Amino acid sequence: MSSADSALALAVFIAAVVEFVEALTIVLAIGISRGWRSTLVGVAAAVGALAVFTVIAGYSLATWLPEAALQLVVGALMLVFGLQWLRKAVLRSAGLKALHDEESEFRDTTEAARLAGTEQRLGLDWFAFVVSFKGVFLEGVEIVFIVITFGLSADNMPVAVASAVAAAFVVLAAGVAIHKPLTRVPENTLKYVVGLLLATFGTYWSIEGLGVFSDGAEPLSWPGGDFALPALVIFWLVLTRILAVGLRRRVAEPAESVPGGAR
Amino acid sequence: MSRFGQSAVGRFLRGFGRFWYDFVVGDDPKIAAGAGTVLVFGALLVAGGRSGGAVVVLLAVLIGVAFTVSMLVDVARHRDG
Repeated sequence: MSSADSALALAVFIAAVVEFVEALTIVLAIGISRGWRSTLVGVAAAVGALAVFTVIAGYSLATWLPEAALQLVVGALMLVFGLQWLRKAVLRSAGLKALHDEESEFRDTTEAARLAGTEQRLGLDWFAFVVSFKGVFLEGVEIVFIVITFGLSADNMPVAVASAVAAAFVVLAAGVAIHKPLTRVPENTLKYVVGLLLATFGTYWSIEGLGVFSDGAEPLSWPGGDFALPALVIFWLVLTRILAVGLRRRVAEPAESVPGGAR
Repeated sequence: MSRFGQSAVGRFLRGFGRFWYDFVVGDDPKIAAGAGTVLVFGALLVAGGRSGGAVVVLLAVLIGVAFTVSMLVDVARHRDG
C-alpha cells in the first residue's frame, strides 16, 4: 500500500470511528430504554436508505463530472466540512465550547426516550424507530460523504470503503462487548485529527481542481506534488494551535455564548 | 404562505435543502463564505491565465487567512456578549 493509500485509509478510518461512536450512543440509549426490536428496525431502515444514497451520489459524481471539476467540487465540500470541524476543535481547545461527551449524550437521549409517548405505528414503537433511524442516517451520511469524497479524489474507492467497514466492525464489536457508550474513545482529539485531514485534502484537491477553468481544463499542480500534503497538514496544525492559544488568552468568559452546540 | 410552500412536495424540498445546508455549511456560514470567496478568486486568476505554483500557494494561504478572520469574528462576538 502506498503512503497516499495509507493516509486515505487512516483518514477515513478515524472519521468513521468518530461517527460510528456517536451513532452507537444513540442506538444504545434508545435500545436500552425503549426495547431493541423497533430500534433495530430503525437502524436497518437507515442502513438501507444510506446504501441507496451512496449508490446514487457516488455514481452521479463519478459519471457526470470531468476529473478537474470532480476534484474542485469534492475538494471544496471537503474543505468547508474540514474547516467546520477545525473551528469546533479550536473553540473547544480555547475553552469557548463544551467538549463533546458521549456519557452526557447517552444520559440526555435515555431521559428523552423515557419521557416520550408510546405511539405505535406499523406495529413499531414509533419514537424508538424514528430516533434510531435519524441518528444512524445522519451520522451515516457524514461517513458516506467522507468515503465518497476521499475515495473519488484519491481514485481509490475500495480502500476508502474498506476503512469505513473496518471502523464499523471495531466500534460495533466494542459496543456489543461493553454494552454501554464508548466514553473512553478520545473523541475530541479524533475530531481534531479528522478536521486536520479533511482541511488538508480539501485545500489540496479544491485548488488543484481550479484547473478546470484553465485553457486545457487540466488540474493545477502543487509545488512538490504529493509532498505538498504533509506541508499542508503542518500548515493547518500550526495555524489552529496558534489560534487556540491566542483565543484562550483573549477570552475570559465561559463557553455558552459562542454560537453552535456541543456537537 | 403559497400553496406550493404548504404542499408535501414543498415541505420535502425545504427540508431537503435545509438538511444539506446544515450538513455542508453547518452553524457558521462565515467558513463556507470565506473558502468560497477564495476559490472564486482562484477561478478568476486561473481563467485569466495565472496558474503557476505561486498562485496555488497564495490560494492556500488565503484560505488560512479567511479561516483566521472567521475565528476572530467569533471571539469578537463572544466578547461583545
